[in-house]
Amino acid sequence: MDDFIAARSQMALSLGFHIVFSCIGMVMPFFMAVSHYLWLRTENIVYQNITRAWSKGVAIFFAVGAVSGTVLSFELGLLWPTFMKHAGPIFGMPFSLEGTAFFIEAIALGFFLYGWGRFNPWFHWITGVIVGISGLLSGILVVSANAWMNSPAGFDYINGQYLNIDPIKAMFNAAWFSQALHMCLAAFAATGFAVAGVHALMILRKQNVHFHRQSFRIAAIFGCVAALLQPLSGDFSAKDVAKRQPAKLAAMEAHFKTEERASLIVGGIPDAEHQKVDYAVKIPGLLSFMAHGDFDAPVKGLDQIPLQDQPPVAITHYAFQIMVGLGMAMMAIALVFGTAVFLKKEWLKKDWLFKLFAWATPIGFIAVEAGWTVTEVGRQPWIIHGVMRTADAVTPMPGIAYSFYLFTGVYVSLALVTLFMLYRQIKMVDTLYDLPTGIQEAH
Amino acid sequence: MLYVVIVFLWASILLYLLLGGADFGAGIIELFTSSKNRNQTRKTLYQAIGPIWEANHMWLIIAIVILFVGFPAIYTTMSVNLHIPLTIMLLGIIARGTAFTFRHYDAVVDDMQHIYNRIFAVSSFITPLFLGIIAGSTVSRSIDPEAHTFLDAYIFSWLHPFPVAVGLFTVAICGYLASVYLIGETDTPEQRQRFLAKAWLMNWAAVGCGVLVFTAAYWENIPLMHWVFGEIWGILGVGTATISVLALWFFAYRGYNNILRILAGFQVMMILMVATYQHFPNIVLLKNGAYLSLLEHKGNDKTIQALAWALVLGSVFILPFLIYLMYSFQSKDKEEAPVYGDV
Repeated sequence: MDDFIAARSQMALSLGFHIVFSCIGMVMPFFMAVSHYLWLRTENIVYQNITRAWSKGVAIFFAVGAVSGTVLSFELGLLWPTFMKHAGPIFGMPFSLEGTAFFIEAIALGFFLYGWGRFNPWFHWITGVIVGISGLLSGILVVSANAWMNSPAGFDYINGQYLNIDPIKAMFNAAWFSQALHMCLAAFAATGFAVAGVHALMILRKQNVHFHRQSFRIAAIFGCVAALLQPLSGDFSAKDVAKRQPAKLAAMEAHFKTEERASLIVGGIPDAEHQKVDYAVKIPGLLSFMAHGDFDAPVKGLDQIPLQDQPPVAITHYAFQIMVGLGMAMMAIALVFGTAVFLKKEWLKKDWLFKLFAWATPIGFIAVEAGWTVTEVGRQPWIIHGVMRTADAVTPMPGIAYSFYLFTGVYVSLALVTLFMLYRQIKMVDTLYDLPTGIQEAH
Repeated sequence: MLYVVIVFLWASILLYLLLGGADFGAGIIELFTSSKNRNQTRKTLYQAIGPIWEANHMWLIIAIVILFVGFPAIYTTMSVNLHIPLTIMLLGIIARGTAFTFRHYDAVVDDMQHIYNRIFAVSSFITPLFLGIIAGSTVSRSIDPEAHTFLDAYIFSWLHPFPVAVGLFTVAICGYLASVYLIGETDTPEQRQRFLAKAWLMNWAAVGCGVLVFTAAYWENIPLMHWVFGEIWGILGVGTATISVLALWFFAYRGYNNILRILAGFQVMMILMVATYQHFPNIVLLKNGAYLSLLEHKGNDKTIQALAWALVLGSVFILPFLIYLMYSFQSKDKEEAPVYGDV
């Protein structure tokens, strides 16, 4: 394996791994805050049990997220030293603030996990909320650093020199808001669907139904609200990308030729050599509308982008299709759930509803990975868009392929152990949180 | 403002060495505890480090972020030439952090526990060993950015006696810190006696490894003697540290706890001071005689200024909260949580 490809693969693997754990780590505390609040308000023990059961999951995901995040802060230098040498002082601001936010999150988590019965209950509750807020802030800050790579700001690049550096301007670059919003909603939707799906499965298996039904409700509401808002943020992001990174948009859409009234290409197999997409559904004018808010506006195609500056079309296009498709599916499920909650209460007792959610367990996270692929692969060949090429940033050390194999082994086994751990948590719900039948019926 | 950043860098390295170090030490002690006492040891150290262990490891992230934002040339030189020990250290961090959490949060207690325990103990040894190796490499003039062969550039930059001796010394220090800390966490006189014995052993291990470090330095012509004893500050540092070791043992056998922790912390602080002040501001000494200096190889002024503010503001948020966390969970009366314990 080529060292450059190995370095890119290792980075993709590490980020792809970390993103799942950090999403769960930043969203689950909000679910817990709700169930914890319900416990303190209603004194219904099932809510305390839910909070405790979830908090064990969070502890596991947080720990794995924390170590994989630590690894990333080193990997940036281990794999991309030339990038870090120049970019570190420019886009480092969000990282240093993120250090603070993450630190507070770790402290608050210590209070929360070990604080049962030790503190004033509302102080204890607040520490849980702080875990969530600081986690969310960390996420926003890290995404803003990534946004800088897509829309570099806060410096002048003159004759290969990085001059007039302004780290604050770099942090508030043009892409930070649209990317951070999209990522936060994605985290809520993906985690909400994943958690709701697991509880739905347990409801279908008729195990601890009362416990799982209450858990399901909280997770599903969060997930569905986020899934309904996400398309709006997606539209905002698309217009933003069209303006700043036309090459990325063109690759996402496999849009080879610049044209007015450009069609939206759904699915299909891009054929870069002949500059066409086979077997695709084309909706005339829609791409122009989505990118520029006008059905007749011209949309820049790959033909206007020099070949050496084009991202890989097929991967970006497929990843984008997967993300949008799954996003739509989640929105549809959210609409069904909304109908059930507001109009057809009897649906909430039906097995098919829970089956729907059980099947949808992984789709949010698949969409997150696909979306991450779109933004990262779509930025290629640049590591800093328009300024530095990824190939120029890679470490001179040979043999990165071995490092990649090693980390692949580590991450795969970690993922397996985490799943195993989660399975055992769920299996133990019976013994840890089961209620006498009389109490269950009463609720 | 640059000095604010440097002070934070030094302080976060010190705090990582103290808090993270005590944490590594807990695992090192577990590794060297006879199997019949292991469960008791594990329980004591779990109660002690459980709530704060995540926070203890944040100091490493703070230090690394300061390096890559404020001193990118230093960060990248280390990243390139010390790629291998850094990677091993990272694997240690991954293995240790996850094993620690898994063994605590695994809902089912069975044979898996042995695996987590083993991984935890072994990685608690490996991680500080390689941290020490990395620290030793930065000052031993073995990093050669102009090297032409793989071995010279990526292996011999860190694999030679001095860094390895520093690594072992770091391991011993971690074990020492943990055992001194845990003396105060024991419930019975027998347990206290056991941890006193461990601290005594680790104390001598540290002295032994210290001798090893000086021997390796002499062997490799590293002017360590001059750095440590060349100026009055070095002699004062070593002197007060030595006196405080004696004081520690004086108090230890008279039943004091908190003062022991302060003295052990003071000793480690003196060691870090003595190890860094003489060649300050040069923190990486290269093979060709050049050096990387905190005063010269820094980011632009605006970045340093913003970084300093971020650190100051961050610590205003973090420190009170962190101190309250440590205070809340170190009180001796560890009543179990009323509904059920988290263990």
